[in-house]
Amino acid sequence: MIAIFLYILIGLSFLCFIRVLYGPTMADRMVAIDIFGTIVAGICALLVIKTGRLFLIDVAIAWIIISFIGTIALAKYLTRKKLDE
Amino acid sequence: MNSISIALLVIGVTFDLFGCIGLLRLPDIYNRLQSATKCVTLGTCSIMLAIFLHYGFTAVGIKALIAIPLLFFASTVGAHALIRGSYRFGIKLTDKTVIDDYKEVEK
Repeated sequence: MIAIFLYILIGLSFLCFIRVLYGPTMADRMVAIDIFGTIVAGICALLVIKTGRLFLIDVAIAWIIISFIGTIALAKYLTRKKLDE
Repeated sequence: MNSISIALLVIGVTFDLFGCIGLLRLPDIYNRLQSATKCVTLGTCSIMLAIFLHYGFTAVGIKALIAIPLLFFASTVGAHALIRGSYRFGIKLTDKTVIDDYKEVEK
């Protein structure tokens, strides 16, 4: 049951990489990376149930935060401002 | 696993699937972000809630419960900042756009 959900989510992360490959602009690629990070957090949460290794939920939280930092950095770069304005 | 957790997992994976289909199929970045962020955020939050219902008030369950508001705020703030940045960068809207109210606000 959980294995089917894991296979579906891994397939969805490869769909995100299709958008990373073919995205016409830079922001499209960054959107796909952001969505990929959220899906990987879901994969880590499912792996907690599947494998019983409890530290993977920490991996999910850390992945969410680092994906957020990357998105904010690219948004600041697109508006052509420094990070402390 | 109890049945409520399995139902929440099914809801979460289904919303993730719809979000990724929208990410692939919609015409420009604004539509893509509007589809993908909302659907995938709700889907992953639903998976986290299923983890919490499965493990109860243990360390893993509390961490999954903490991850829900973290994911909500991080995803929505990041999406808003990214879409404003790409609008100011000058990325074109699609040809089928009906109305663009944000252009008058930016002036």
